[in-house]
Amino acid sequence: MKLTVTSSPHIRGKESTGSIMGHVLLALLPALAAGTLVYGLRTLLVTAVTTAACLLSEWLFRVLTHQHNTLPDGSAAVTGVLLALTLPATVPYWAAAVGGVFAVAAVKGLCGGIGQNIFNPALAGRAFLMLLWPAAITRYAALGQALPLFGSAADAVTAATPLHHMQMPALPEVSLADLFLGRVGGSIGEASALALLIGGAWLVFRRVISPRIPLTYLGTVAVLTLVFSKGDSPVLWMLYSLLSGGVILGAVFMATDYTTSPVTPRGQLFYGAGCGALTVVFRYFGLFPEGVTYAILLMNAAVWAIDRFTAPRRFGTGKGGAA
Amino acid sequence: MPRLFFGGIHPADRKELSGGSAPAPAPIPSQVVIPMRQHVGAACTPLVKVGDTVKMGQTIGDGEGLCVPVHASVSGTVVAVEPRRHASGGECMAVVIENDFQDTPARELTPHLDPAELSPEELITVIRRAGIVGMGGATFPTDVKANSGIGAVDTLLGNACECEPYITADDALLCTYPEQVLGGMAVLMDVLKPGRTVLAVEDNKTEAISVLRSKLAQYPGIELKVLPTRYPQGAEKQLIQAVTGRQVPPGKLPRDVGCAVFNAATYASVYKAVCEGEPVTRRIVTVTGEGVRKPQNWIVRIGASFESAVAASGGLTDDVWKVLSGGPMMGVAQIDLTAPVGKGTNAVLCLSRAQNGESAHPHCIRCGKCLTACPMSLQPLYLFRFGKLGDRAELERLHLSDCIECGCCAYVCPGKLPLVEQFRAGKQALKEAKKP
Repeated sequence: MKLTVTSSPHIRGKESTGSIMGHVLLALLPALAAGTLVYGLRTLLVTAVTTAACLLSEWLFRVLTHQHNTLPDGSAAVTGVLLALTLPATVPYWAAAVGGVFAVAAVKGLCGGIGQNIFNPALAGRAFLMLLWPAAITRYAALGQALPLFGSAADAVTAATPLHHMQMPALPEVSLADLFLGRVGGSIGEASALALLIGGAWLVFRRVISPRIPLTYLGTVAVLTLVFSKGDSPVLWMLYSLLSGGVILGAVFMATDYTTSPVTPRGQLFYGAGCGALTVVFRYFGLFPEGVTYAILLMNAAVWAIDRFTAPRRFGTGKGGAA
Repeated sequence: MPRLFFGGIHPADRKELSGGSAPAPAPIPSQVVIPMRQHVGAACTPLVKVGDTVKMGQTIGDGEGLCVPVHASVSGTVVAVEPRRHASGGECMAVVIENDFQDTPARELTPHLDPAELSPEELITVIRRAGIVGMGGATFPTDVKANSGIGAVDTLLGNACECEPYITADDALLCTYPEQVLGGMAVLMDVLKPGRTVLAVEDNKTEAISVLRSKLAQYPGIELKVLPTRYPQGAEKQLIQAVTGRQVPPGKLPRDVGCAVFNAATYASVYKAVCEGEPVTRRIVTVTGEGVRKPQNWIVRIGASFESAVAASGGLTDDVWKVLSGGPMMGVAQIDLTAPVGKGTNAVLCLSRAQNGESAHPHCIRCGKCLTACPMSLQPLYLFRFGKLGDRAELERLHLSDCIECGCCAYVCPGKLPLVEQFRAGKQALKEAKKP
């Protein structure tokens, strides 16, 4: 008889990193399905390329640095799918692959791997492509256009996304219902707000994420665009601002990334509000129509500081502390 | 899910393994090993030597300061006075008694059918002489706690939460001997004169609750409070918060917020000492887990080996993984079965390999679940990080000393970090750094 002697606690909850990432992947399926319906099968191939690039670079990075295999934790797969959702279906496959390699090897791997990176790998991957090959990832095909499955989609007829209109500023021609349900040009993950919200509801229901960050993020965008409206109807302007572009994708799936968001409840409220405010500022004053990527990346850098000044109140020092 | 204290977890309680049957007297061993340290504080000095004849209930060790006496749990002959294995790990001076199976009583204490005959001071003396300590596992000397509470306590609490999974010792006690628990509470009401007296039970103990409800009318002034099951509700500070809403400030004691908390088994010991003249010589122990063949509650003599308790329960299974003194959240893993049952041993928990939830590669993904599970509002992930770096200033800033080692953080951690282990090491490092 050999008894194991280790420290308490001696039992552990069933939840593991792998099971959490599994839930995130599941929650991304509706958005991926909506993207495929709206932009065609090329969507799936783009996702396959980014995911394969992420998995391969994760594996290779761990082998080359003599560390154990981390593919089973599922985080590289999540990064791959998330990255695909931030890209248009017209993206050249080579660019999608470069984004995946950069996200996993440089942004995550070089920081020390899972849990150690400062910036959201998928968003940093997108920002990297945006900086080097902006044309490759801002070419949005017109709706209903069949994209070539293999080869380049560079000669697809491009169309303005709703956000381009809003930069004019003018309300887009697309209806709110189309924006919500998914008949709109943009990145793969921007096809349907409904699909993203279903995924988000699943994550909240499974307690993978708390609704604090998505709600404060979207709430801040709503309030700011309502108050500083650029349209005739502030309410319409607010609704179009929420439903166009990557705000919902960012608020639900990017800003809630564990590693790059605050852990304290008060910090999460602050962080969500910061992401929302920066998104509106970048959209209103930036060079690009969209501001979600840089808003979240900037807030990523502030996460440790936010955690520090939003530490929970020490037990016994607050209300009820002195009886 | 209602929550009356911060954080906490709700693990599968596995109490069905050992629950449901009245505790049976365990086979009495031919030899008992009575450790001289069965309480928080200074160890006892043995009062007997090899060759002495001792009676059951005879004081065989006592000491000065924060110390309560220990008693022989059988009658017989002292065959050794030497360091022996202790359930907390390591060794401790112990008196080994060869049992003559006569149970010849020492009768050092006088039974008082009506505790009101005695003054609070006299009652506290009896509690000390009976060797009573916190029997939920904390083993703090009960007389010291009671004495310090005189004049300071407006709320007397009975802790029958038994929030640790698997353990049903207090549950069995409440179902079988409710009058001992309630009677002991009445004694401490005489000592402390609280304005409010509450016996707190978690709502998963339905049988105990109905038994207590039927008895309560005979004990005026005792209120039964049924709390929603949640770990670590039975931790002292969390129970006070759950029942009264008060928070014990850092570095302070329950009496500083007007509360005194005693465990159900402690009350039963007080009753037996005062009303029946019996010192602590036995206790209810839950022998349970997937790693033992027939989980059951036993009334075990203090000093009986874990081995004898496990043997009474059919022995270990082939796939046993760990044997613990105490529950799965805060228990101490045993290297073998030689350690004796002490006053604070509420369970001998045998886990099988299927319960091993450890990971070969622990990691933090900053999910923050540890932070929301922490009942003390600490930030376990940052404590872990700075502990690993050996940054003592940060550990102090993050109030590592507030940690009650309940294990909630490690339980919820999806990356399976050894959080509590690291915090113990960190506390040790802080303590050593403070030494001149």
